[in-house]
Amino acid sequence: MAIELKMPALSPTMEEGTLAKWLVKEGDEVKSGDILAEIETDKATMEFEAVDEGTIAKILVAEGTDGVKVGTVIAMIAGEGEDASSVQAPAAKAPVEQPSDQKTEVGSEAEQAKPQLETGATQLTAPASRQAADPDVPEGTEMVRTTVREALRDAMAEEMRADDRVFVMGEEVAQYQGAYKVTQGLLDEFGDRRVIDTPITEYGFAGIGSGAAMGGLKPIVEFMTFNFAMQAIDHIINSAAKTNYMSGGQMRCPIVFRGPNGAAARVGAQHSQNFGPWYASVPGLIVIAPYTAADAKGLLKAAIRSEDPVVFLENELMYGQSFDVPKVDDYVLPIGKARIAREGKDVTLVSYSIGVGVALDAAEKLSAEGIEAEVVDLRTLRPLDTETVLKSLAKTNRMVVVEEGWPVCSIASEIMAVAMEQGFDDLDAPVLRVTNEDVPLPYAANLEKAALIKVDDVVAAAKKVTYR
Amino acid sequence: MTSSNERRNRPALSLHVPEPDARPGEEVDFSGVAIPAAGSVARPDINVAPADIRDLPYTLIRVLDDDGKAVGPWDPRLDADTLRRMLRDMAMVRVYDERMFRAQRQGKTSFYMKSLGEEAVAVAAAHALDRDDMCFPTYRQQGLLIARDYPLTEMMCQVYSNAGDKLKGRQLPIMYSDREKGFFTISGNLGTQYPQAVGWAMGSAIKGDSRIAAAWIGDGATAEGDFHNAVTFAGVYRAPVVLNVVNNQWAISSFSGIAGGELTTFAARAVGYGIPGLRVDGNDPLAVYAATRWAADRARSNLGPTLIELFTYRVEGHSTSDDPSAYRPQGAGAKWPLGDPLMRLKAHLIGLGEWDEERHQQLLDQLGEEVKAAQKESEKLGTLGGEAAQSVESMFDDVFAELPWHLQEQREQALAEAEAKRK
Repeated sequence: MAIELKMPALSPTMEEGTLAKWLVKEGDEVKSGDILAEIETDKATMEFEAVDEGTIAKILVAEGTDGVKVGTVIAMIAGEGEDASSVQAPAAKAPVEQPSDQKTEVGSEAEQAKPQLETGATQLTAPASRQAADPDVPEGTEMVRTTVREALRDAMAEEMRADDRVFVMGEEVAQYQGAYKVTQGLLDEFGDRRVIDTPITEYGFAGIGSGAAMGGLKPIVEFMTFNFAMQAIDHIINSAAKTNYMSGGQMRCPIVFRGPNGAAARVGAQHSQNFGPWYASVPGLIVIAPYTAADAKGLLKAAIRSEDPVVFLENELMYGQSFDVPKVDDYVLPIGKARIAREGKDVTLVSYSIGVGVALDAAEKLSAEGIEAEVVDLRTLRPLDTETVLKSLAKTNRMVVVEEGWPVCSIASEIMAVAMEQGFDDLDAPVLRVTNEDVPLPYAANLEKAALIKVDDVVAAAKKVTYR
Repeated sequence: MTSSNERRNRPALSLHVPEPDARPGEEVDFSGVAIPAAGSVARPDINVAPADIRDLPYTLIRVLDDDGKAVGPWDPRLDADTLRRMLRDMAMVRVYDERMFRAQRQGKTSFYMKSLGEEAVAVAAAHALDRDDMCFPTYRQQGLLIARDYPLTEMMCQVYSNAGDKLKGRQLPIMYSDREKGFFTISGNLGTQYPQAVGWAMGSAIKGDSRIAAAWIGDGATAEGDFHNAVTFAGVYRAPVVLNVVNNQWAISSFSGIAGGELTTFAARAVGYGIPGLRVDGNDPLAVYAATRWAADRARSNLGPTLIELFTYRVEGHSTSDDPSAYRPQGAGAKWPLGDPLMRLKAHLIGLGEWDEERHQQLLDQLGEEVKAAQKESEKLGTLGGEAAQSVESMFDDVFAELPWHLQEQREQALAEAEAKRK
């Protein structure tokens, strides 16, 4: 049996990469451990090794090819006693060969290849192209396709250029350009006075950052993930959020705590949790959780300028997603304003962060069945834009909250309370919530999928409140 | 208050940001690493007062000299069978790591971490501890499990998260957990195992038990509060615990200077807490064994904790998601002056006339076959891309000791949905 060599996933979140170089050619004998190829991702260059022995029968993706999806068959190895010349490429998914001087996307067949790393994360992010126009951006504004990762970096770089008091600190933010490459290029531009690799102690650098903020600087503290910020939560809540109040307004703490929050792909219980509701319950904190790249940029700039401490919740699965970002000199968005991501009249889907994509997908499906859903992207979790939520409720009279997080004491709970207290007369059905299962997130792909929110669950809930 | 006029002649304040000796493209230079001669450090009695051995954290305990001879007072004088078993265990870790690293590159698991060059840290410690002592490891002490005869297939099934995974698909690859082998669940959040180990050890003392605890932490994570909290408690209550700092000099891309390694040694942290601190050549299996044994004997005799810095080098990347060529010179590990722990023990055994090249090759071949066979066996139960290995039903178990009503409801709902989908 010929062995299919597939584009490997070099990290749990890798979706595609560049096949930089083949180190073997057709007809070569390889044994376990031989390096076959070099593969580049946005994170690193890696060597791809053989596990099995045999003869390279066919190379199916030429070196220099960009955007090779994980799981694409890139070569075939003839096993022992097999005639290498008789090995056939798998017919259904043979990708188009690309010469190395043409850096074009791999053909569509390859894209259909099943990603090798199965994860519930795919149900949260695919299809990546959803976007709703922002009503606040004037028509005709030039748009630039930007990933969320780049948008966040641009926001920091712009604010750092404009204000010498702004600096970034955290684990791996300088030399390594960020564990998720969000601080790419900042060390080069701003030097080690303003882009600072810290010792591994979230508790330590959250406190140091708070102190620097009270001392007149504007720190951006990056947590490698918000899971690790659990250590630092005392400084965030008991110091950063309250010092201004306790000092009678003398000691402001203008600091941004930012980093990925929520579930990522296959990283298990300790690394997959949404702390949005936790921080959003604390007086003194501003909590932002954007979905689009434009919002990430505009709101991070606003956060850095804020005189209050801001918890800025990103999402690892969103970093690589591209959106249109308006090309304007200083794109700053107001904190505390929700955005209508999609207009509709039959039911309101309220969400934030990665949940917005799931809500938008559900809205598409519902539309096919004649139900027009309005999608509200909260963007800021504290202060909550209840006005926009209630206005939408008054229009549709039905509401479902979509939240990638646990159900109990959630943002969904809060929205439901607001609807009950202030929108009771507008409700034609009880507000429902679609959340993750109430368990620590498991690692296994099928369990991960089962535990996370799904488009179909949102569709079902929307149908229920519209009595269809 | 000082007026701004008075301040004018003072220098502007600035900070120091530590930088490693060499970055990519530069030549790595280890000539500044002070390496005292093997056998040159005195071995105090275990009931020595910590105040009398304040020099130990600043030197380096070494037993194997450049010729592979065991010299000096720290020589644990192990019999040849034990030495051969340690050699076998270290080689097994290496062969297993190689295999699983490649399995990740082939998409059979999402993640893996090797311990190349650091095998002595876990393996020699496991041999120096009693089998029922409780270990609180970080993610690079798979050698503890291997030395305690934990089946390879169990380890692989965990890495593959397949039908044989004892952790039921709940945990990241390599974050093993085995109560029976005294191997605490590895935490993805750094440092938590340190106070937990001290707490376990204190619990053992409160119960009047005779088992001690051992913990491992990386150089980078000693910056965490957990490290300092743990050592404070351990010192104050003389907890029966061995506290290891694996100084492999790299925390992903942050070199040990970022954790304070430029200023003093990690073993010297002990001085401030008033407990003994030993600094040990972590690539010398006999030195690791001897230091661990010394610390364990102290713990067992109610003399309290010991902090051991194991000075070593992370030869490869942090994990399969890391590419060290972005932040340090390529091939730096091969130039590490304290050598390769496996080769050093091999040379020692050959010098004793208890080993030879032929037997070594046989051993490697045999371990290779064992690992291959275990891999075949465990892959029968599935790998990453294969069939779903865990039932959706199982997802709701173990959240609490008993399934509460609301999870019971959720489980029924989830099963009904799965059933509806099948139809």
